[in-house]
Amino acid sequence: MAVTLDALRPGERATVVGFSSDTPPARLLEMGLLPGTTVEVVRLAPLGDPMDLKVRGFHLSIRKHEAALVEVTPTA
Amino acid sequence: MPEVAAAASEVRRIALAGNPNVGKTTLFNRLTGLRQKVANYPGVTVERKTGPLQEAPGVEVVDLPGTYSLNPKSMDEKVAYEVLAGRMDGEAVPDVVGCVVDATNLERNLYLATQVMDLGLPTVIALNMMDAAEADGLTVDVRELALRLGVPVVPISAKTGEGVDRLRAALLHPPAAPPGPRWPLQPPVRSALDDLTAALADAAPDVPERQRFSDALGALTSEPLLAGWADRAPDFHAAVLAKRRALEDEKVPYQQAEMMGRYGYLAPIVQGLVTHRKDPSERTTSDKIDAVLTHRVFGPVLFVALLVVIFQAVFSWAVPAMDAIEGLIGALSAGTRALLPDGIVEDVLVEGAIAGVGNVLIFLPQILLLFFFLGLMEDTGYMARTAFIMDRLMRRLGLSGASVVPLLSSYACAIPGIMAARTLPNERDRLITIMVAPLMSCSARLPVYVLFIAAFIPAGTAFGIFGYQGLAMFGLYVLGTLMAFAAAWVLKKFVFKGESSLFVMELPPYRLPQWQYIFQRMYDRSKVFVLRAGKIIFGLSILLWFLAAYPQTDPPAAWVAEREAARTQYDALAARATLASDPVTRAGLESQAAAQQDTLQALDDAEAGRQVQHSFIGYLGRSIAPVMEPLGFDWKISAGLVMAFAAREVIVSTLATLYSVGDADESSPILRDAIKADTYADGTPVFTPLVAVSLLVFFVFALQCMSTLAIARRETNTWKWPVVMWLYMFALAYLSSLLVYQGGQWLGWG
Repeated sequence: MAVTLDALRPGERATVVGFSSDTPPARLLEMGLLPGTTVEVVRLAPLGDPMDLKVRGFHLSIRKHEAALVEVTPTA
Repeated sequence: MPEVAAAASEVRRIALAGNPNVGKTTLFNRLTGLRQKVANYPGVTVERKTGPLQEAPGVEVVDLPGTYSLNPKSMDEKVAYEVLAGRMDGEAVPDVVGCVVDATNLERNLYLATQVMDLGLPTVIALNMMDAAEADGLTVDVRELALRLGVPVVPISAKTGEGVDRLRAALLHPPAAPPGPRWPLQPPVRSALDDLTAALADAAPDVPERQRFSDALGALTSEPLLAGWADRAPDFHAAVLAKRRALEDEKVPYQQAEMMGRYGYLAPIVQGLVTHRKDPSERTTSDKIDAVLTHRVFGPVLFVALLVVIFQAVFSWAVPAMDAIEGLIGALSAGTRALLPDGIVEDVLVEGAIAGVGNVLIFLPQILLLFFFLGLMEDTGYMARTAFIMDRLMRRLGLSGASVVPLLSSYACAIPGIMAARTLPNERDRLITIMVAPLMSCSARLPVYVLFIAAFIPAGTAFGIFGYQGLAMFGLYVLGTLMAFAAAWVLKKFVFKGESSLFVMELPPYRLPQWQYIFQRMYDRSKVFVLRAGKIIFGLSILLWFLAAYPQTDPPAAWVAEREAARTQYDALAARATLASDPVTRAGLESQAAAQQDTLQALDDAEAGRQVQHSFIGYLGRSIAPVMEPLGFDWKISAGLVMAFAAREVIVSTLATLYSVGDADESSPILRDAIKADTYADGTPVFTPLVAVSLLVFFVFALQCMSTLAIARRETNTWKWPVVMWLYMFALAYLSSLLVYQGGQWLGWG
């Protein structure tokens, strides 16, 4: 079942399955957030946004607004 | 070594490319030593760092700005792209590219490396941070990596210098060119690119063959890159648009094809060649630090604590150095006066040039300290965390988390604040930050605040703890800050609407700061500040001096006679004092002489005041006085405001001149009293508390600082934004003061 990345809680992992927009921001893709990529939500900023993600071994921070464009399936 | 010399005659220019935070600049320093040049690329504010390659005469190394992709999004990235693609005016195409990659973060780093290789230039991969990789328990099969990618890979540690000699040799003896792209593309995209590569060869035969694939791919996937072809090769431009439509009709996600292809190719290579001795999901030291520094509670608390330290540093630690500079400028003025004969040249030099440049140099200690802290935050990786912590709050105001540090810096001085805005990845956010930064109350406003608060705000306390004067001061800072937020919101809502800001930021691992690098940046940036801003201020200061000194009129005869008499009397007293043998008589005479000297000084001050009154500035002050009158300002304040256009604090010395109290500063009680005692012809006081508040509000909002305008011109590369900035801040200042004064009078507080 696909949800969007912004719905994940800290500590949760997921696999990217696609984007809810036809033209997702190129920078997201260039940073390696692509269909098939495993993502871990490390933490949220003190005010709840943006998110600190672990992607391809590095920490990437994006806003929930952009995370909402990324469709994922949570993994155990 | 003869073979190095032979190769050096072929390789002349080496470009260093790489992601941000991969130690590229550290490597650059290793390769070039300290003989490097920092300038700007023509027309942009991006720093162009070049230096000669050590032990290889005639070879130049260019340190390109850090970039995640050759599909440029920011100004920095555009420069990196244009230099590598040979599209930067006045820059020759590099003979070889050193692509610096972080061994601890290979996948994403190699993404850029494959893009660089596709340009077809000889490429050497510098596998940096091998020391950190070792500490993290990582090993990389370097030989196999080089084989798979088809380019030399040299493991180095720029920090310790290990492997740098081998890298230098590899850069001087690069292979001819990398093999063509080895990463796969979806068949429909591949065939479209084949057609486009052919179309490009026809439409723009000057593009080297090796680069056609990269250019065709860029044009297909990037709007700015495609736009570049519209005039240069219209046929190619049309062909790309046609291909895009065709691919869209077939529902081929060609926009993602490049990323999917490159990462799809790199991921298995990296996974196969990098071995982890530790469990990769184990928390690293950096993760543990982050657990505290970005903690829900401790994160913001520690951030605020750091800010307090920075403020303390800028406001107090900088003071002795600022005093020393002031003293030096004073000594220089006195020395010049003593050396040169009285006259115009002396006046221009001392009161125009030296005083004007002094007004710039005085900020240098604060700027250096700020750049020190900014450099420390950037170098350790904490800067990205401040943006992370503050983004939510700042976004509501139309800014971004990355605006926090530039805006806070502006409390010290808008100049380093505006320069620090360079760290903002988004152009819209950067412009908004620059536009509102001068509303933060800077240290140059402080003397004005101090003078008028001390003169007109009672010294009592509210609730026994908060002094009224301190509260007033705090209120002025809050007023400026709130207005900055409001202005940012308006700019976002009405001026820069439509361009949505994207926050996609790497949180790099924490690293120990490299002091040499921090100090070098402090030096480089201060140099740019002093030279560029100094040039403009130098000219304007001389102009302002001229306006205040001319037209020169002869002193009135009565004054000349009075001064003559006073002088004679003083000389007589002084002569008698030296001759007096009785100590008591001598002391009496000396004190009389001292009193006489004060009279002389007062006469000179009065004449200086009269001179300014009749100068162009005095004339200007009187002619704009009717416009300023609704704010409660008389011609003297108006003249002071005209003078303060150059630098805010100048109003204090201008008022001192106009009130004839000689060399007064903001804490001088004489000036304070003179201001309070001044009356209009009908006997009503010029300065009421309401006038003082109106003037203070004016100073909170008005952009009276040539240095800020000069630096904004430099950082935005157009006069448009500095002009808009000055106008909107002036309008804010005028309307707010008008509201305060007229409203106050209506309420009967006049």
